[in-house]
Amino acid sequence: MSSSVTTRTKGGPGRGVRAGRPSAVWALPAVLFFTIFAVAPMALAFYLSFTKWNGLGDPEPVGLANWQKLFDDPRLTQSLTVTVLLTVVSWAFQTVVSLLLGVWAAGRQRNRAFLSAVFFVPFLLSSTAISLLFYALLDPNFGIIHGDTLGTTSGAFLAIVFVGGWQFIPFHTLIYQGGARQIPEVLYQAAAMDGAGRYRQFFSITLPQLRNTATTSSVLMIVGSLTYFETVLILTQGGPGTDTAILPYLMYQAGFKNYDFGYASAVASFLVVAATALSLLLVRLSGFGNMRSTREGM
Amino acid sequence: MSHDTLRRPRPVKTSTRPSATDPGRRRRHWTRRPNPLAGVGSVLWLVVVIIPIYAMISVSLTRQDQALGNNALKPPSHPTLDNYNTVLHNGFGHFLLNTLLVAAAVVVIVLALCVPLSYVAVRARTFWSGATFRLFLLGVAIPAQAVVVPLYLMIAKLNLYDSLLAIILPTAAFAMPVSTLILTGTMRDISEEMYEAMSLDGASTTRMLFQLVIPMTKGGISTVVIYSALQAWNGFLFPLIFTQSDGPRVLTLGLFNYVSQFGVNIPALLASVVLSGIPIFAVYLVARRALVGGLMGVGGK
Repeated sequence: MSSSVTTRTKGGPGRGVRAGRPSAVWALPAVLFFTIFAVAPMALAFYLSFTKWNGLGDPEPVGLANWQKLFDDPRLTQSLTVTVLLTVVSWAFQTVVSLLLGVWAAGRQRNRAFLSAVFFVPFLLSSTAISLLFYALLDPNFGIIHGDTLGTTSGAFLAIVFVGGWQFIPFHTLIYQGGARQIPEVLYQAAAMDGAGRYRQFFSITLPQLRNTATTSSVLMIVGSLTYFETVLILTQGGPGTDTAILPYLMYQAGFKNYDFGYASAVASFLVVAATALSLLLVRLSGFGNMRSTREGM
Repeated sequence: MSHDTLRRPRPVKTSTRPSATDPGRRRRHWTRRPNPLAGVGSVLWLVVVIIPIYAMISVSLTRQDQALGNNALKPPSHPTLDNYNTVLHNGFGHFLLNTLLVAAAVVVIVLALCVPLSYVAVRARTFWSGATFRLFLLGVAIPAQAVVVPLYLMIAKLNLYDSLLAIILPTAAFAMPVSTLILTGTMRDISEEMYEAMSLDGASTTRMLFQLVIPMTKGGISTVVIYSALQAWNGFLFPLIFTQSDGPRVLTLGLFNYVSQFGVNIPALLASVVLSGIPIFAVYLVARRALVGGLMGVGGK
């Protein structure tokens, strides 16, 4: 009897201890806060999608009218296509550049350290500032590139991809640099002894070893590119026409330009469902959910 | 004998320039010989990074009447600081102060909530702790855009519209998922033996938090500080929707308003962009190691 009490209060070797295991109550403030400001609004958005509301007065229930309108809206297909395309192209562009720069910057030569410090500078500006910078530089009456880049569909699209990359590549380069520095040196020594050249080493050692880094970076990129809202708002305002109106912009326009908050909520709910599905998929693919295996492969 | 003394310096010399199998020199394979492709690539990216920055600074120093039709890549013939003057007289300092207040408040809230949360997620072995962790995991992908309409309604009902709190509270909530991921990632590396050792000393759960978990999670905590401060620094949508007047206007929104305020005065607009980068550039110069190390931490191990 007394021995079991001792085990519970002091813990025996290998048994796990009781102190240092906080009760779930410790998490309550965080859960409450997150519920109020993130989870409840999501539920509320879903509710509002079944109402008509112009921002003043009270929302009136209208059944499925907003959803009907959403799925009949040709802009939804267009917006979805642009959002997916923007995400995929941005991911490809940012991954290739960050991976190469990151592996390069992992070397410890002084010139690389200096250049890396310079490469990081764009990340110091806010996305609003960067969007304004390129808004000015791409201005057809003024800018450094002649012609109306933002006036054409492909020009506007590529401008958003480029501006997003310009801002976020420094950050992802850093992630890849951190990953590359953790690759055990013996792997390269062994490969060198087997006569593998630099490029062979890159493809056979560096790339496979960076698998986990690439997953983390990709998750952040994909989630991030759903939020290029201010870039679109400042650079193209969804234009030309509605060609670059990504889902968040479509929602913003419906709600805060046309004061149709019911419809905006339907778009928002759609965005939540899409983002959650994407998140579940990524969590499954990346193994983020495996709580006790972050050191996998070490 | 003399033969020996002659040869003796040689090993010392080779140790400064190591051989292929010398384990003391770790990064050898990157330093072996110049890599032309990497050199060309890095210079190319340098150009991509430098030209917009150069054009921004150069134009911000150009007089407005000379800017239009001028090539932005040509250095200004009569450099002037007038544009900076214009920006500073249009509320820039006030906006910057608001942003700093928001960032500080967001960091405090996120740390106060996420440190105990992560402690539970890593240490408690109950169903609820696992469920909580998964709730936050899913939160990673929820775009803030998706909830602005209902948040707008809630903030109006709470009488918080057009106040700094209206920006702070949701910004903190949306910084929580990633912060929790970072913190749990670091906390998992604290070994069971250390908890056991503290337990033998009779430490309570609370004391373990302050004397073991927090000191051992310093890296993760500084990453979270940087990450959540950056969220506040970058935040645009919440200020755009939840504030209206000059009082609670933060820097990003201030910059955005300069577009209509300055109209075609692009030099002044770019001066405001330059000014907005200076505070964080100063932080970068002073604390580059901490900032870069902290951000690397977002990528995990």
